[in-house]
Amino acid sequence: MRKKILKLLEKNAKLTAKEIAVMLALPVDRVTKEIADMEQEKIILRYQTLINWERTDEQKVSALIDVKVTPQQDVGFDDIANRIYRYDEVTSVFLISGAYDLSVLVEGKSLKEVASFVSQKLSTLEHVQSTRTHFILKKYKQDGVIFEDREADRRQVLHP
Amino acid sequence: MTIFKAQNFINEKVKNLPPSGIRRFFDLVANTKGVISLGVGEPDFVTPWHIREACVQSLEKGYTMYTSNYGMPELREYIAYYLKNRFNLNYDPEKQIMVTVGASEAIDLALRTLISKGDEVLIPEPCYVSYKPITKLTGGVPVTVSTSMKDNFALTADHLEKYITPKSKVLILSYPNNPTGAVLPKEEMEKIASLVIKYNLVVISDEIYNELRYDGPPLSFASLPGLQDRTILINGFSKAFAMTGWRVGYVAAHPDFLAAMLKIHQYTILCAPVMAQMAALEALKNCHLDVERMAEQYNQRRRYVYSRLLEMGLECFEPKGAFYIFPSIEVTGLSSVDFAEELLKEEKVAVVPGNAFGKSGEGFIRCSYAASMNELTEAMNRMERFVVKRLNLNSRAAAQA
Ligand SMILES: Cc1ncc(COP(=O)(O)O)c(C=O)c1O
Repeated sequence: MRKKILKLLEKNAKLTAKEIAVMLALPVDRVTKEIADMEQEKIILRYQTLINWERTDEQKVSALIDVKVTPQQDVGFDDIANRIYRYDEVTSVFLISGAYDLSVLVEGKSLKEVASFVSQKLSTLEHVQSTRTHFILKKYKQDGVIFEDREADRRQVLHP
Repeated sequence: MTIFKAQNFINEKVKNLPPSGIRRFFDLVANTKGVISLGVGEPDFVTPWHIREACVQSLEKGYTMYTSNYGMPELREYIAYYLKNRFNLNYDPEKQIMVTVGASEAIDLALRTLISKGDEVLIPEPCYVSYKPITKLTGGVPVTVSTSMKDNFALTADHLEKYITPKSKVLILSYPNNPTGAVLPKEEMEKIASLVIKYNLVVISDEIYNELRYDGPPLSFASLPGLQDRTILINGFSKAFAMTGWRVGYVAAHPDFLAAMLKIHQYTILCAPVMAQMAALEALKNCHLDVERMAEQYNQRRRYVYSRLLEMGLECFEPKGAFYIFPSIEVTGLSSVDFAEELLKEEKVAVVPGNAFGKSGEGFIRCSYAASMNELTEAMNRMERFVVKRLNLNSRAAAQA
């Protein structure tokens, strides 16, 4: 039941407990309680809006940065990740397998701002061996949503 | 010199066919801006990507020719496998299954194959719009058997028996039903099956919505004991796989029925388009999870719309299949057509008047919930405003009287 509630909320955080209850054929107070519990248990972290910033006048630049870390005794990836994700400029951090260790998403107002964050803050961190910056040129799809979907509703207005 | 009059050349039966009941309303809707349409009889999903991909790949490989009249052998095998797996039905893919241009063609073939002049075809109503006109074209006599909200719009054996005469030859069953969303409970199916045997009838079972059933696993009429030979089973890809525009369906039947239907099909159609058959093959092979995902979403929307309709004061039967809901609008005091037209004008929501699906649909409207939750929410808000206004007017009028 939790999974079903989460799946609905993941797609549309604006659904009310009552709507969810109706859609899943569950009692409203059950749904209300489960949601509150999941907030408590930090399963639901926040209710977020997915925004296509490119459609606004707001300037935003983001980059994916591959970070290679020098393995250290006593200092695990978690500690290094912690030093990275504390920065407000950093919006996501993932530990990854393959040629690099961490994948870091950085956001800023300009190319310069992002570049200088990487060169001055990120690459100078202790244990950071190397970085490789990929600026994001265009977002096609994020969190399951296609930004400029060309598949409009093409159905005829009425059909028996 | 005689003046040429095209009308004079048109076959009497065609001339006498009534035009589609929703044509005029269609123009009205099409010419109104900002309409949310709940009048659409097809999924709001676009065909799942990998089905489309399979078609593109087949084109790249050069699959652009006719197939066997029956349809591609591999597709027929998968259809047979599906019917076995889902309903425990055994059909020989070589002699008992044919791929058609939609369920629509299969309905036409079945009726043309079975009906001679004067034969009676039992058609439970409200129902999909094609059965009656095609019956008339074949020279058959449509006998409508009305179903009602009190019976959850399911045909009952008791009621059906009253309409059976020595001329009755075919019974059309269409459950889950368009426009009501009704299904046939197993016990009732069994009683109907006994009548079919008792009166020596053949059943055309249009099971196009069979995968969209919300009260348990689907059941095929052909799977009842002794009924497989007497049933022409029709299904297709349009609804469950969101493939309406591809035009692929199929029919499974007794080898003699199939051979007869094939004769018409080979002269009139040749075969269903190969690219659509390629897509259908992918659908049957790999898309069972897509069907589940879509059905789950329809189910959520179904519950939502049902609860909103009740809340706004409309009496409504809870649909158990397809993606339609068929509320009664009797409390508003309006006819189906007036309700639909006024709702469109005042609130820009399009629904289909129930009488488009037969006389017993009068007093109802068909709403399709194959629309996004956002659209459904907005449409229900608008409809609620409209209904509440009518109810208030009515109670004021009653108070004055
Ligand atoms: C009950 C019923 N049968 C058949 C059809 C036609 O299906 P197809 O697209 O396979 O021709 C429809 C379409 O609305 C339908 O509702």
